[in-house]
Amino acid sequence: MEKVENTFNKIVELEKVHHLFFDGMTLMFGGFGGVGTPPKLVDTLLDSSVKNLTLIGNDAGFPTIGIGKVVCAGKVDKLIASHIGSNPVAGKMMTDNKLEVEFSPQGTLAERIRAGGVGLGGILVDVGITSEIVTRNKQILTSGGKDYILEPALTADLSIVFAKKADPYGNLIFDKSARNTNPLVAMAGTKTIVEVEEFVPLGELDPEEIVVPGVYVDYMVQSEGVNWTWVWEETYGT
Amino acid sequence: MGMGGNIRNLIAKRAAKEIENGMVVNLGIGIPSLVPNHLPENIHVFFQAENGVLGMGSTPLPGEENENLCNAAGYPVSVRPGASYFDSALAFGMIRRGKLDITILGSLQVSEKGDLANWIVPGKRVPGMGGAMELSQKAKKVIVLMSHTDKFGNSKVVKSCSLPVTTPDCVNMIITDLAVFEIKKDGMLLTELMPGVNLEQVKEKTEATFTLSPAIL
Repeated sequence: MEKVENTFNKIVELEKVHHLFFDGMTLMFGGFGGVGTPPKLVDTLLDSSVKNLTLIGNDAGFPTIGIGKVVCAGKVDKLIASHIGSNPVAGKMMTDNKLEVEFSPQGTLAERIRAGGVGLGGILVDVGITSEIVTRNKQILTSGGKDYILEPALTADLSIVFAKKADPYGNLIFDKSARNTNPLVAMAGTKTIVEVEEFVPLGELDPEEIVVPGVYVDYMVQSEGVNWTWVWEETYGT
Repeated sequence: MGMGGNIRNLIAKRAAKEIENGMVVNLGIGIPSLVPNHLPENIHVFFQAENGVLGMGSTPLPGEENENLCNAAGYPVSVRPGASYFDSALAFGMIRRGKLDITILGSLQVSEKGDLANWIVPGKRVPGMGGAMELSQKAKKVIVLMSHTDKFGNSKVVKSCSLPVTTPDCVNMIITDLAVFEIKKDGMLLTELMPGVNLEQVKEKTEATFTLSPAIL
């Protein structure tokens, strides 16, 4: 493999990003049911003393997969997600009032994160407009004769992202369905750390194929791949 | 809901008849995931997964799975020629824009007006709505596959949903282990009986008011 020059000093050892995690922070994570969630950054969080997090992301993972591990470790006060059904521990914590959960319809959540990442204050959407749970404490606005919910944009102190390839500037491409919320989350963090499977030299990625421009990326760490067992691996062999 | 594989496959097989060549279709988990097994070989359907795949193919053989190529339930899939990958915002962009021809979902209750209640059992099960609201509110056609009754024998085809409604007035068709209903502007129509089921059984186990299509009479 060609040597990748660290031209912009964005490629760092894990220790250099420890200071970005702190108590009470808002943390946004990429991934959908654990697919596309950065394993090493999840473990960094688990190994740290950081607590009282507000987490923002698609779902609560599974108890042993993805962000689910962080939720199960009791480090999270509040979760903004669309679904926690795959993590029964999260469900129990919510029922026991140990975890506050704010549900947003999945596409609305994705678009709220995108809005945060592109400098918008919010979006107008009619999904769930008849549901009291969705519209609670939100403004209803009329545009073009139709009613919409004003859904506020979401940003975070820090975003953690998983990418297939990156160049030294932080231009990113993703792998198949592991793209999911990662490009959106990458844009919405005040700071963004990307766990990267493969670094390539500047100029090697075709500008046409880049999904997230490196302007959104602050730090990158080398991934060692997924270190959990997938649910389907457990059930397939039996 | 305690239904055998045979019945689940009969329901899936009936749902497959609604799918035509070139359609864009999203499948929920459970019985809806069995639908592709019952499609004829000669049609090319674009199955969409809301985690960012359009053009999913069959389940890969053991050993051929790719951990980064999964459906929205987190299970490995394959892709067919013409497939594309995209982020979650675009996945729901195409849903909200009305590009889905059919969504096939499971449900806890459906009312005779087509109200769907499939995401919450207050005090018991609160998993979150996931993508169910977008799918049911925006797909051109919403088909529900479910057991006709719950485990206590209560009808799930009801006059009015007692559970919180995901989306009102959205369901076009219900396929259960007993019957097929179509929901029209002027009410619910019983259009088919499942094999081995008679009209009296359906009447007895359905709380909703329905009329009979000419095919049943």
